[in-house]
Amino acid sequence: MDWIVQHLWLVPALPILAGGIIALLKQRHRVLAASLAIASMFLSFLLSLGAFVHLLSLGHGDGARMVVNFNWFQFGSEWVRLGWVLDPLTAVMLLMVTFISLLVFIYSVGYMAEDENSTRFFCFLALFAGAMLGVVIANSLLLLFMCWEVVGLTSYLLIGFWYANPKAAAAAKKAFIVTRIGDLAFFLGMAWLYAQTGTLLFFDGGAGCLERSALTALVAHTTIFGLTVSTGIGLLIFCGAAGKSGQLPLHVWLPDAMEGPTPVSALIHAATMVAAGVFLIARIYPLMSADIASLPALTPTVALQVVTWVGAATALFGSLVAVAQFDIKRILAYSTVSQLGYMMMGLGVGGVSVGMFHLITHAFFKSLLFLGAGSVIHGCSGEQDIRRMGGLRKFMPITFATYACGMLALCGFPLFFSGFWSKDEILHAAFAWSVSRTPFFMGAFGALLTAFYMTRQLCYMFAGSSRRAQISPMPAHGGHAAGDICHAHSPHESPAVMTAPLVILAAFAVFLGLIGAPSWPWFQSFLGGEPALLNFGAFSGVLPLMVASSLLVFLGLGLGWLLYHRKRIEDADARDALEKIQPDAFSVLGHAFYIDKLYDATIVRFNAALAYICDWLDRWVWSGAVQAFSYLVLALAWLDNFFDSKVVNAGFDAGCHTVSRGGRLLSFLQGGRVQSYLKMIGLALIVLVMLMLWGARA
Amino acid sequence: MTAFFLIVAALTIAGTAAAMSLRNPIHCILALTLSLVGFAALYLQLGAQFVGFTQVLVYVGAVAILAVFAIMMTRSANPPEGQSHQAAFSSSWLTGGAIAAVIFAVLAWCILSKSTPMQTAIQQPDVSVNQIGDALMHKFALPLEIVGVLLTAALIGAVILAMPERRKTL
Amino acid sequence: MSPLNAYLLLSALLFSIGLTGVLTRRNAILVLIGIELMLNAANLNFIAFWRYGPNPAALTGVMFAIFSIGIAAAEAAVGLGIILAVYRHTKTTDLDQINTMKG
Repeated sequence: MDWIVQHLWLVPALPILAGGIIALLKQRHRVLAASLAIASMFLSFLLSLGAFVHLLSLGHGDGARMVVNFNWFQFGSEWVRLGWVLDPLTAVMLLMVTFISLLVFIYSVGYMAEDENSTRFFCFLALFAGAMLGVVIANSLLLLFMCWEVVGLTSYLLIGFWYANPKAAAAAKKAFIVTRIGDLAFFLGMAWLYAQTGTLLFFDGGAGCLERSALTALVAHTTIFGLTVSTGIGLLIFCGAAGKSGQLPLHVWLPDAMEGPTPVSALIHAATMVAAGVFLIARIYPLMSADIASLPALTPTVALQVVTWVGAATALFGSLVAVAQFDIKRILAYSTVSQLGYMMMGLGVGGVSVGMFHLITHAFFKSLLFLGAGSVIHGCSGEQDIRRMGGLRKFMPITFATYACGMLALCGFPLFFSGFWSKDEILHAAFAWSVSRTPFFMGAFGALLTAFYMTRQLCYMFAGSSRRAQISPMPAHGGHAAGDICHAHSPHESPAVMTAPLVILAAFAVFLGLIGAPSWPWFQSFLGGEPALLNFGAFSGVLPLMVASSLLVFLGLGLGWLLYHRKRIEDADARDALEKIQPDAFSVLGHAFYIDKLYDATIVRFNAALAYICDWLDRWVWSGAVQAFSYLVLALAWLDNFFDSKVVNAGFDAGCHTVSRGGRLLSFLQGGRVQSYLKMIGLALIVLVMLMLWGARA
Repeated sequence: MTAFFLIVAALTIAGTAAAMSLRNPIHCILALTLSLVGFAALYLQLGAQFVGFTQVLVYVGAVAILAVFAIMMTRSANPPEGQSHQAAFSSSWLTGGAIAAVIFAVLAWCILSKSTPMQTAIQQPDVSVNQIGDALMHKFALPLEIVGVLLTAALIGAVILAMPERRKTL
Repeated sequence: MSPLNAYLLLSALLFSIGLTGVLTRRNAILVLIGIELMLNAANLNFIAFWRYGPNPAALTGVMFAIFSIGIAAAEAAVGLGIILAVYRHTKTTDLDQINTMKG
């Protein structure tokens, strides 16, 4: 085994170590904290790069997978084993996560410059990065789950970073609880898998649960509804992924998670954590796609079908709702929900490489968009409502340029932007899906809407003239503490420490598509384990679909320009153009189909009622029992006291009194007069003589 | 039951009764003397001449005189007997008398209920002082010595008791 | 009744009279006198039993009576000495008033 593989555990360990050390630092050591975090992340990036290069040199196929497993602890006669794996999937994920984390860390130095708690921020960020990398390299479903939970925890800590804000605290709680629901199903799936196969290691020299022998065993058993066990397990684990990746119906936490600082939104809720769900499905793809006849099957398994339908529904839903939002980050959040749907759909219809390609490209341009939004918020002194912005391209040119790159990549602007290639792959695979073509139409309509709402956002924010002067200065909220140096009335460009990562990400957003284009599908073959071939002829097969999707994008862009740019938006309080056309539909979309309200009225209320009952039970029944018992003990104590003082003490005292009174009575015999003593002697003599006489006579 | 016995007995009883009931202590002592003499006569009648004479010598000659001295020495603070508030008998004379009566009754009943076989025609034993002296020196030598010690102790004790108390001068 | 019984009865009577005096007289000296009378009555008992007893030659009764007289004299001396000492303290010979030793 090579050094890099043996020491792959350093990649998550270094950030966690940095996080641990930062946790011990005092609040004022912000520079040290930031340096530690960035340094650890940089080292992890270098190690990931080294691992990737090493993997490239190894060739293709199953030989390109190296595992290191170790025993953790023993219970009974069995050992619980953990381990890490280095294979193409791991390598690309490692690169993406470490690189984007590094850029976000550097960006945070500028964004959180005025926040007094930035030390705590970097500690949590470092911990998050370490845990996420742990998820990526885990070879054991158990280790993955443990790191998964830590990722969830740090997400909670970071969403609720400004914990004094009640909305942030509530959002953090919501995120944690909703993902927990998914994690419950994940855990059940994990337990079931362990019960069926006896191992939780993915790859273990043939004995792992994703390897042939285990899979054939899983496929052979059937469970309820005629599903195979592998499908059942896969569906349960998919529930966990759905929670973490914000699929319908567990998406409700993602928009609220925007209460956290923008770097958090960029890193966690755009690029990495939400992608963990997609990554998980990609990791257990052999399990999801296992079927009776052979691997892979001709008709997709039930598990993959479910994944596809859920993904498609989410993609459409997210893009519909994003059309009617007014908060920058909420638009991007719903956009993320939608894109995650696309990724799931891609996994379902096309396989690991299709979904993963979109995941990688999305990570770059979505984090770019979030960081750009952060830059805009920072420059506008905390403003987040797009109606109150405008004309920002004059004030923040770099931000505008990079944001535009990201926006075009997200829309899937043809040829030059990575989003085009990755989304096209998905649509192509959906078109060719043997089960149904409905996901394709859903995805296509979603792409149209994506272009539309991103254009809307861009026009609101950067086009036209500034609407900032129309409103009174907003009180600093969000990331700005008192004494903030950016308290300028007019918007301004962000410092270089914030714009540099934007530029780097923009470059990737543009050029990353080239590694997955059909003419040179390097990414897909890397993941699939075949050599990549440069083949310009492959274009011909996909050309009609490319043209169709490009037309959709242009249509969306055109509609957006029509509604939001032709008639300049002059007034901050004016109604949205779409709202004027269709006010009812707009308000339904604006409220995200009232799903939150539905959950509130049903589940949350039910839970509150249950909590109330439990509280009543606790307060009156259990506590009552304890009270009753304590009263019983008190009664016993009182009885004991009574007994002690009235019976024992008093009895003893009475005895003593009797003795003393008796003594006093007897002392009357001692009159001090000799003659009375003599009389008594006389009496005694009489008695004695009588006794002797009687005795003698008898 | 000769007449001599009866007379002497009556005298003795009278003397004893008077000694115990007269108010004036001097009169009591005089009655006591009579009683003691009566005792001596009884001893003489019983043939214990030495005892009889010893009785007169010791009791009448010493004890009664001693009692008189004691009465004399303890009368200076007391006015003469006979004052109404100072009775001769204690306040609880009835119980004392009752007890004594019961004791007499018991004793009498014992005496009268038992009849000891008697040698009625017993001869007067002929006891000489010589014999008594012999007995004292031989058979009863130890009791003699002990009585000697006792008398010494009594002598010393009486002297000490009668001595005036030394006042502790500082 | 036999002579012995007569003497015994006499002795008992004299003893009882002496006891009466002991128990009832106020004056301490007279109580002592009563005790002397009781001793004398006992002496009479002894001499009577010697005279009419089985073995007068042993002189036991006589000896006993002699010693008794001697001891009675010593005892009277000491007792009167005590009474004098008490009289010096309490200035009275009334036994009813000498009760400081009460319990």
